[in-house]
Amino acid sequence: MSERTLLAVRGLTKRYGERTGCLDVGFDLWPGEVLGVVGESGSGKTTILHCLSGRTVATAGSATFVQRDGKVVDLLRMPEAARRRLARADWAMVQQNPRDGLRMSVTAGANVGEPLMALGARHYGKIRGQALDWLGQVEIPLDRVDDLPATFSGGMQQRLQIARSLVTRPRMVFMDEPTGGLDVSVQARLLDLLRGLVADLGLAAIIVTHDLAVTRLLAHRLLVMRGGEIVESGLTDQVLDDPQHPYTQLLVSSVLPP
Amino acid sequence: MSEPVVPLLRVRDLAKTFTLHTQGGVTLPVLRRVSLRVDAGECVVLTGPSGSGKSTLLRAAYGNYRAQGGQILVRHRDRLVDMVSAGPREVLDVRRASVGHVSQFLRVIPRVPAEEVVAEPLVAQGIPRERALERARALLARLKISERLWRLSPVTFSGGEQQRVNVARGFIGTHTILLLDEPTASLDAASRGVVVQLIREARERGAALLGTFHDADVRAMVATRVVSLAEAEAA
Repeated sequence: MSERTLLAVRGLTKRYGERTGCLDVGFDLWPGEVLGVVGESGSGKTTILHCLSGRTVATAGSATFVQRDGKVVDLLRMPEAARRRLARADWAMVQQNPRDGLRMSVTAGANVGEPLMALGARHYGKIRGQALDWLGQVEIPLDRVDDLPATFSGGMQQRLQIARSLVTRPRMVFMDEPTGGLDVSVQARLLDLLRGLVADLGLAAIIVTHDLAVTRLLAHRLLVMRGGEIVESGLTDQVLDDPQHPYTQLLVSSVLPP
Repeated sequence: MSEPVVPLLRVRDLAKTFTLHTQGGVTLPVLRRVSLRVDAGECVVLTGPSGSGKSTLLRAAYGNYRAQGGQILVRHRDRLVDMVSAGPREVLDVRRASVGHVSQFLRVIPRVPAEEVVAEPLVAQGIPRERALERARALLARLKISERLWRLSPVTFSGGEQQRVNVARGFIGTHTILLLDEPTASLDAASRGVVVQLIREARERGAALLGTFHDADVRAMVATRVVSLAEAEAA
């Protein structure tokens, strides 16, 4: 219990003119912990990820992150070059649409090898070896290593994106609806894969999703967002089984059991 | 030889009301100032009519339901933790090391084999995976789960098989407090007998058990004390 938080977010606010993206959002993330963020579209879930990953500039707040070397930085206020360096080494993003996270013009193997090269790896044989190892981990047949991602199914593309994101052993992963565009049959496989990887690698992760079943399976804790604000937070099973806020109760009771 | 008896679980003035915001804000007071204690080596059986709050009490003690008042003190790593006020990370740590919950329903995860489902709590307690799997297989065998099913996901198992997998998962760890919510509900007589044995073994290693059993025979066999929820409520 005494270990340090990896990320401490306080007062995170994003305004788009009159409109509010997110308002006074605060939470902590510990190493190895998976945080689920749920709420309907437009509730500010994705805005949080965009602010933390530097895709949009936050209006106010802080996001204190402890780097691998122990140095503490504010993700919302750091110079662009330093942020890019940190993004390569310490965190990764898994997009809802794998085409946004992959380079479609290069092979599957190159997609997994590139992040290693960006971190300075030069030995071709070793890079290819690691790429093959990761393709195996995400259950992509190794004889597809030289194929272009466009020839892959949606589920395979998503698994390839996950391999590309995790090959550098990041300490924190942002996932935006990682199972969003997939068939239900493919989702289960991906979820199980993610569950195993997150646990084995001790990853901290923030998973934005509207799918409560996904959070039940993957997230230790939940934040429930509505209109840009956190309306409820707690242990995943507490929030889902004994929701307190009217909006959370509505969300939980609106899901049709299969 | 005689050590002072220490309660492993102590419930004080527990209050729990459900407010149903989606149904006109109806409030359902379920537990009103409930108090009880369970000592090491005891199996306390909760009784009360259906809907009287037995499961709610067990879930609150597991940190699954949030109470509005009172305390649920559990012994955890040589200190007392109040499950009513503990934060999420502390609750998870208590569940990993000290408090287990066995219900009649297995939450199945696609693709995870039965033996892994059972071994998981022990792995989480730091036992090497291979040893945990050995223990898991031994428990599955005791509960008469056919060996050819051990490597399969319980998704396709029958209800009774799933429940036995859940019982194995619930009893495999070294938790000092076990909360049992109808663990024998739809089991056949042979499996019920195994559960009765598992409960006895847990008591013998000094665990404190609190549970509900609607089957009167099982109740008679496992209970060291019977507490009705009505009695446990403050007058």
